[in-house]
Amino acid sequence: MADKVFIALQNNAEAQPIIEAILEDNPAAVVNETPGMVKIDCPGRLVVRRQTVEEKMGREFDLQEMQINLISLGGNVDEDDDEFVIAWHT
Amino acid sequence: MSIDLKTTSVDPIRKTFDHIAAKIGPDKAATRYQEAVWGLQPIVNQHYRPTWEPDKRIYDASRTAIVMADFDDLVDPRQYYYGTWTIQRGKQQNSQEKNFNFVESRGLLAGLDAAWKEKIRRLVIPLRHVAWAANANNNFIAAYGFGAPVTSAATMQMMDHLGIAQYITRIGLILAENDPAILDDAKALWMDDEMWQPMRALAEESMVIKDWFELHVLQNFLLDGTVHPLVFDKFDAAVARHGGAAFSMMNEFMIEWFAEASRWVDAVIECAVKESDANKALIEGWIAKWTPRVLGAMQPLGDAAFDEQGPATIDEITDRLMARAGKAGLDV
Repeated sequence: MADKVFIALQNNAEAQPIIEAILEDNPAAVVNETPGMVKIDCPGRLVVRRQTVEEKMGREFDLQEMQINLISLGGNVDEDDDEFVIAWHT
Repeated sequence: MSIDLKTTSVDPIRKTFDHIAAKIGPDKAATRYQEAVWGLQPIVNQHYRPTWEPDKRIYDASRTAIVMADFDDLVDPRQYYYGTWTIQRGKQQNSQEKNFNFVESRGLLAGLDAAWKEKIRRLVIPLRHVAWAANANNNFIAAYGFGAPVTSAATMQMMDHLGIAQYITRIGLILAENDPAILDDAKALWMDDEMWQPMRALAEESMVIKDWFELHVLQNFLLDGTVHPLVFDKFDAAVARHGGAAFSMMNEFMIEWFAEASRWVDAVIECAVKESDANKALIEGWIAKWTPRVLGAMQPLGDAAFDEQGPATIDEITDRLMARAGKAGLDV
């Protein structure tokens, strides 16, 4: 348990670029797609990078906008303007 | 009795349209932008040739010397389609409207030095005619371009320029306390004043360019890329330093828009350059051909804005523009 973190987002057009960005920045991440939700598991540490999301989205993006489509996450969060990092702080 | 809840998931057979899947692969979800622009324009089965140009088809890739295996590759990094673009512009219009009302109701331009007001009148207000030329030129790209990604973005660029022309008009009216004579006066400057003649000649010549990609390079890269930094960055900052921060408030849209539109302009050029060395050579040729003309037209504007600092300012703007060209993969 403690070696794996996850993030679950709504499966919609707005979350799509965020999901793509996560997969690009975290090569070890595994996607589970269900009809309404996309759950991404990742061993150790998962990072959402603002810059990558902006590239995918084609506009400026505030990482807090992710909360609109965020369903759940597992892990301790470390957040600043550029990165949203999930890891277990043990 | 216990109830056992089970979830069943149904995988969609297709994630997107076949022609989109052919470009991005069958397993990837397409963005709304991709679905909105790719394959939108017909490329085959155009039965009738236009009576006004019978040697070409209605949609014909040969209207530019640029060759692309697929013109749908010239995508817009802003991913604008009608919905996203109108929402974004609607927001900006609201904010712009508030700025205008605020400046007008508080009489914020009244405190500006008369010499600087005069500079705005001579340098900024006639730009509504430059913006109109940009509108007409992007209209041409939208009409004769090939592939919906480029023609739809050009349509938006065209409307953006029309908006800019209207905002400049508004600035003029606020400056003159709603006396429309300032607009006639700006037209007279545009038609007769020596400082505007090289720009007017260039604007008129650009309107008869037949190669839409060449026109994109001249209008959207070279002309916008020098006029906007001069007026809405350098000159705007100088006015603000001399007690004209209210002028800067009214330029909010132009400043935001230029940063955003440049991303599209550069991306289209970069994509064509990456496609082949022949494209690269063509675009470099167009830049070499038009840059001296553009700089010649900019020189009097730079002098009008900054007097003896004019040439140095134009040099700085040119360096910035050539750095953009370098980033797009051009050797200029």
